[in-house]
Amino acid sequence: MSAALLEIAELRLGFGGDRPFEALSGVGFTMGRERLGIVGESGSGKSLTGRSILRLPPPGAVMSARRLSFDGIDLLTAGEDALRALRGRRIGLVLQDPRFSLNPVMAVGRQIAEAYRAHGRAGAREAREKALAMLEAVRIREPGRVFDLYPHQISGGMGQRVMIAMMLAPGPDLLIADEPTSALDVTVAIDVLSILDEEVSRRGMGLVFISHDLDLVAGFCDRVLVMERGRIVESCEAAALESAEHPYTRRLLASRPRRRAS
Amino acid sequence: MIEASALTARFGATTAVDQVSFTVADGEAFGVVGESGSGKSTLLRVLAGLHEDWSGRLVVAGAARVAGRGGAMSGAVQMVFQDPYGSLHPRHSVDRALGEPLAIHRIGDAAARIAAALAAVGLERAQRFRYPHQLSGGQRQRVAIARALILEPKLVLLDEPTSALDVTVQAEILSLLRRLRRERGLTYVLVSHNLAIVAELCDRVAVMREGRFVEELSAAALAAGEARHPYTQELLRASRGYRRQR
Repeated sequence: MSAALLEIAELRLGFGGDRPFEALSGVGFTMGRERLGIVGESGSGKSLTGRSILRLPPPGAVMSARRLSFDGIDLLTAGEDALRALRGRRIGLVLQDPRFSLNPVMAVGRQIAEAYRAHGRAGAREAREKALAMLEAVRIREPGRVFDLYPHQISGGMGQRVMIAMMLAPGPDLLIADEPTSALDVTVAIDVLSILDEEVSRRGMGLVFISHDLDLVAGFCDRVLVMERGRIVESCEAAALESAEHPYTRRLLASRPRRRAS
Repeated sequence: MIEASALTARFGATTAVDQVSFTVADGEAFGVVGESGSGKSTLLRVLAGLHEDWSGRLVVAGAARVAGRGGAMSGAVQMVFQDPYGSLHPRHSVDRALGEPLAIHRIGDAAARIAAALAAVGLERAQRFRYPHQLSGGQRQRVAIARALILEPKLVLLDEPTSALDVTVQAEILSLLRRLRRERGLTYVLVSHNLAIVAELCDRVAVMREGRFVEELSAAALAAGEARHPYTQELLRASRGYRRQR
């Protein structure tokens, strides 16, 4: 593990109103350019932790932390301009369902090209060429044809490849992937994961992989954090997850359907 | 319990189920696994009488179905859907959700039957007068199962009954479904995209792709890795999770 890319200490996120509720109760971890899995059930706070890194708490939420820094930049005191310069360009985000993340009225190739242009790295023609190369990198056959298709004209698996291509285009240092394959068929998910695997390794970037799927996280990541009700209850090497000791982690492990011979 | 031969179901010009034949014995749990667009849900809807555009021969719970027609499900065949939020009326209490099938089928003694059905699925008496939004996802699915059971069906059709649930809740619902089947001698047809769940709950599994059964095998054979069809093998590999390339 290299120098800390991300440092979080005592991250709290609460909702006020009639029924005040603390969704994150003092989350803390440090990561380098590694693959960190965050696993938990719904309501555990795993997605909110991911969004907090981008300083994108949901409306109405109040966020605080003792420390929240990315590559030495204090995210707590950073202004909107500084945050905008980080989001997308240095920290990418891939969400579960590409149908909600892609712009429905723009051809997918243009959306990738836009990512190059918006982050100030390329002119129109160069951006187009780079976008085509990126489509090829995420193993899309006939990138020239797919470039001009709209999100509704492509499958979920292809949409998620486009999403990954778009997020990798600016060359981020950290990618946050929140259930990136949960909306996909299992055979398609395997392809998308192998693309993500290859690109993350090749670029040597950090990855926060958020998922409800223990086996998936254990197979994909170096280290795993297990969250329950707004807290990290366990932190271990991915390879050692099977021998995790916290009762909640044990319960999660025991809940997996086994392939029993009945 | 089910005899189907050359069952075909269409959506306009699309053939969703293509010449599928199978039988399900009384008391058996039969699983259909497939990815999106495989036709598995349409197949279940034909069995439930919810899809009209079908042809072939179909006998369910002793009654021959008339091709090209849907029709009301008899009490002997009940269905549980994936999302209990979508299948329970948001403004009806648990009591009303369970009382309605009894009223429709003109079955008396509603209060006692509702209490018994709630107890059978492990819900508290106090939950009887709650509304769906006051229940957790797992509790809602228990209500949906109680509603299916209240008519004392012989055959229960399960459409991804645990896919919307957290893994610990999923384990509880699967164990509930196993117990209910044992206690009541129910026959199940379970449709899911998740091979592990089908293998866990069922005796026999059909693998569906592009409207056809590519392979039918026992859950034991599946667990032992005896799948023959390349697509079944691919599904098995994929469902074992991802291995890093390094």
